[in-house]
Amino acid sequence: MTRDTKHLDAPAHTRGESIYLDDIPLISGTLFGVAFGSPIAHGNIRELHLNEAIQCPDVIRIFTYKDIPGENQIGGIIPDEPLFAETHVHYCGMPIAFVVATSEAAARHAVSKIKVDIDPLPVVTDPREAQANNDLIVPPRTFRLGDTTAAWQDCVHIIEATTETNGQEHLYIETQGSYALPQENQAIRVYSSTQAPTATQRVISKITGLAMHAIDVEVTRLGGGFGGKEDQANAWAAMCALACRHLRAPVKYSLPRTDDMVFTGKRHPYSADFKLGLDADQKIRAYEVTFYQNAGAAADLSPAVLERTLFHCTNTYYIPNVRATAYSCRTHLPPNTAFRGFGGPQGMFVIEAAIAKAAETLDIPAIEIQRANLICSGDEFPYGQKAVSEAHACWQKAETLYDIDTLQEEIGEFNAKHRLSKKGLAFMPICFGISFTKTLLNQARALVHVYTDGSVSLSTGAVEMGQGVNSKMIQVAATVFSIDPTLVRIQATSTQRIANTSPSAASATADLNGKAVEMACTAILQRLRSVAAAELQANPESITFLDGLVHIDGIPTVLHWKQLIMAAYIRRVSLSEHSHYATPQIHFDYTKEKGHPFAYHVYGTAIVIVTLDCLRGRYTVDAVKLVHDAGASMNPTIDRGQIEGGVVQGIGWMTMEEVVYDEKGRLRSNTLSAYKVPDIYSAPAEIALEFLHTDHDNLAVFRSKAVGEPPLMYGIGAYFALRNAILAFNPTAQIPFDAPLTPEKALMGLYQKQPTHVAG
Amino acid sequence: MVKFVLNNKFIRSDDPPATLLLDLIRYREHLTGTKIGCREGDCGACTVLIGELKGDRVVYRSATSCLTAIGNVHNKHVVTIEGINREDGGDLNFLQQAICEEGASQCGFCTPGFLVSMTGFCLNENEPTRAAAIAAVDGNICRCTGYKSIERALAKLTTLLATRTSSDVLEFAISQKILPGYFTSIPRRLAQLALEPNGVLHGVPATDARDSATSNPIFLGGGTDLYVQQPERMVRSHPAFLNIDPSLQQITESAGELRIGGGVTVTQLLESPLIHRAFPHFPHYARLISSTPIRNIATVAGNFVNASPIGDLSVFFLALDARITLSDGSTRRVLPLNKFFKSYKTLDKGPGEYVESVHLATPQPNTRFNFEKVSKRTCLDIASVNTAIQLTVDGDTIRQAHCSAGGVGPIPLYLQKTSQFLAGHQISAALVDAAIDSALTEISPISDVRGTAEYKRLLLGQLIKAHFITLFHHLPEEEWL
Repeated sequence: MTRDTKHLDAPAHTRGESIYLDDIPLISGTLFGVAFGSPIAHGNIRELHLNEAIQCPDVIRIFTYKDIPGENQIGGIIPDEPLFAETHVHYCGMPIAFVVATSEAAARHAVSKIKVDIDPLPVVTDPREAQANNDLIVPPRTFRLGDTTAAWQDCVHIIEATTETNGQEHLYIETQGSYALPQENQAIRVYSSTQAPTATQRVISKITGLAMHAIDVEVTRLGGGFGGKEDQANAWAAMCALACRHLRAPVKYSLPRTDDMVFTGKRHPYSADFKLGLDADQKIRAYEVTFYQNAGAAADLSPAVLERTLFHCTNTYYIPNVRATAYSCRTHLPPNTAFRGFGGPQGMFVIEAAIAKAAETLDIPAIEIQRANLICSGDEFPYGQKAVSEAHACWQKAETLYDIDTLQEEIGEFNAKHRLSKKGLAFMPICFGISFTKTLLNQARALVHVYTDGSVSLSTGAVEMGQGVNSKMIQVAATVFSIDPTLVRIQATSTQRIANTSPSAASATADLNGKAVEMACTAILQRLRSVAAAELQANPESITFLDGLVHIDGIPTVLHWKQLIMAAYIRRVSLSEHSHYATPQIHFDYTKEKGHPFAYHVYGTAIVIVTLDCLRGRYTVDAVKLVHDAGASMNPTIDRGQIEGGVVQGIGWMTMEEVVYDEKGRLRSNTLSAYKVPDIYSAPAEIALEFLHTDHDNLAVFRSKAVGEPPLMYGIGAYFALRNAILAFNPTAQIPFDAPLTPEKALMGLYQKQPTHVAG
Repeated sequence: MVKFVLNNKFIRSDDPPATLLLDLIRYREHLTGTKIGCREGDCGACTVLIGELKGDRVVYRSATSCLTAIGNVHNKHVVTIEGINREDGGDLNFLQQAICEEGASQCGFCTPGFLVSMTGFCLNENEPTRAAAIAAVDGNICRCTGYKSIERALAKLTTLLATRTSSDVLEFAISQKILPGYFTSIPRRLAQLALEPNGVLHGVPATDARDSATSNPIFLGGGTDLYVQQPERMVRSHPAFLNIDPSLQQITESAGELRIGGGVTVTQLLESPLIHRAFPHFPHYARLISSTPIRNIATVAGNFVNASPIGDLSVFFLALDARITLSDGSTRRVLPLNKFFKSYKTLDKGPGEYVESVHLATPQPNTRFNFEKVSKRTCLDIASVNTAIQLTVDGDTIRQAHCSAGGVGPIPLYLQKTSQFLAGHQISAALVDAAIDSALTEISPISDVRGTAEYKRLLLGQLIKAHFITLFHHLPEEEWL
């Protein structure tokens, strides 16, 4: 394996030659669409006035639900979301119409002339209020282990409180967009910035009434996705395809940033109540938690996100008695959606808050409770799966490698010496399950062609969005064939080449598609072995391949890859393979809420250290020191990049990234000047990374564990480190568990005079 | 006609001068390496270099093309990622290689912008320190990498630049193949362009300049506010380009007075020896004010005229008791800056008037100045609250005080009462507490996306404390809490 392979897309990126949606050369006659979204969050549409807009110069046509030949429905899990509002609007920015003109400026100008009369209805933005109204997306779900009711009697300490985590804007730098081109016989080719080409294809099929075989969705790469283009790329693609179907002309919509921010959903805000019980030895005996997920106005992926919150509600701890209930609450916000971690971070925040609160109550460091309760191999998660744990290995390695005693001593000294500046430290151990929790999605296919010149074409369902999956796919093929990676080319992801794909999501893309590539290449290699045996008159069993040469009994022959391929072709042996992989061993019984949903878990431990300016309330993250369970990383450069990027994105969620809706459901943080993501100065001064290298057998491709989502949750440590810094300055502060901990909340905590009432 | 050199090509554009450079680059010239991320100067994906002939050399600065009118690159050299690429095929230059080797490009969408900013750093004559390298990309947002790999690539670059011996930064960059050879021809080509007739670009006075919406004259400096606030109106306008008048870009000192032209950019302030002498900590303040590519084009007058209640430079100059000269091309008038802001977004300025210059007394050895700003993100963000103070002291006694605050009222505030109160008193914690109490009576913050009113009140108090702690650090810390 060529583990030092770099991100193979990067050279073209650095030359500005990589093609993103808005860079595709336009076909002559291309028209431009712009969506008109509801100006208010909830109401009945009385009348839509399009007259003035349609008369604007260069406007071709304005589409509404009335123009949909198929079904006005884009809901993925639950059919509860129209493409265009018909009689009701349920959130600000809900699409009502789609203006198509000969230029983007003309379309935008016409959109500004659309008027709509809406009779307003009450707006709910608080998930608890929705739950009280019984306005739920799906019935509540409860995971149970042991018996919490009985367990409280064994507890010496019982801690209760409420927590809040806010949403998070994906802020992929490339906004959403789509470009639909008419093909012969009603067919449509759609370029889309989507993480889920098949879902996009399915939605277009439903809207246009065309069969899926008439729609080809193709995606070369995304300028960032992070979950935001898993389900929410579909609407724009469907609008362009709908207009294309009617007008028989190419139609493009590349969303301006504010459209993107206003129209699309984000990471789900959660509110939660917890009750935690510990015995005299600081062992957690019982944990009850109720989650109120702010789903927004339609299901989108919320039920699946909700499920993962429950799966990760105990993070990396073993708790023998658990009852966790989760409500997916319908509010009048844009439908919230997938975002790196997919509900997991929201679940983990609550248990970490519970431990922090317990530590404060018992006046001991949280680290002691965390360490005493790490899950061991064989321990059961609340959903029935038994852990194969690296939790202790990661934690212990972090403690010794980064010399936790010295770190704590230094912080103590610093805090004693500085009145106006305080440091805080927190450990953030993680455990994240790998697989789609919806078992059926854990399948993938790969198509491999070897051409007669020895070059290899690879197609999978994976979508490259910066995570380096294409590089890893090429590594797999080059490793199986034992040829130079430059001989392998990965093709754009296309629903014509690979059908019925699962989204590139759940950190599982490299595993699923990589396994399929491995299978396809192995099948071709098997045939090549017979060809080589025949060519060299040797026993097929004695044939191996190494560095582009056929070997017999480990000794190189003169037969090289290209000759072998030509020989196979001449012998009429197939040089192509289409393979299918389905993750074995996984299952889940929804009636019992028990099973074995994950192929494996990824573990890790982060130590986060911050410095807080106690005069101004602003802060820096000094260091994040990590031990991360990577299995046997097949590409340490890419994996390090995923870890560092995830950490900083997680820190952003916990610190400065603040999604603000007003009481009328209007997004106030609707530009980059109002919504801040980390810049280079906000990145931790140091991110130290040590891989916990393990060679245990697991279901990861080449035993290289998934790395996309888990590191984001290390960022949660920044919240608790900051909290500790505030408490170092103002020990009596009662800081509500309300993330993000912005400089505003930090300053209010630092100078809190009288303890404010904390619910629970 | 607007004329400039785009990479290695002459452009003579008949597009209106207010057309955005980004649109010309991407949709006329089809150079798609320059990306659109936000169109408000907050992400850096569209960063280009703008080179201006100074003597026989071209001085390059990074800028966000999404806020730059093509009129502002008239007779200049514009460099996009395509103009940086090596001409000998698909090979990578040193910077590109460093990015690839360190895994500093993931989705790649921000990458060209980072590379252009890094190239700008290579062409900067200042010492190539690690901090300067990071500052060069402080306007570039990356959502994938977490920046550490970018820092590692920057470290490689600073190591290379440390070997630079000659002051000819361009020659070094070419010799290291960081830049293609055609750059040596640019000074000659810009000189040639400058000799051609000027075309229809309007300067001041704004005789023919017209706003598309109101038919009033409209003035354009760097464009960093106007194109954010009203992009569609701007691109249809025919503004007067303040940058073509060199007198608006001068910083001079005479008879104890500093005069700063309205068209002076924040970067020009940063690089001015006069400003450095008057405000030795200016780089520290400037780091909190937007980002390198914005500072490179945003002007002092633009910050005033935008009339934002949290304008950093408005607050900065209010505490300097500055006066401004307004001109309509024939008549000038001078007024104190604190009289310029009348009410929310309303200025004492006629439609034909523009800010020609700002004037202030040169700080004396016994004057103390400090600027404070806190925002959700420390850098490249709009303030929750900002404030500045200038004190004339005699030992520990304040002779005169000027204090300003932004984000706590409908306009950038000169804290008249508090300034008066401070004068004549000896500095002590009790005095500062009383000054804070006074300041709180002068402000009327509202709750918005930048913070609650309660927070802004607390924060202003803290920042007033910070002024005194910063300026008089010989006083014990304990006293201030």
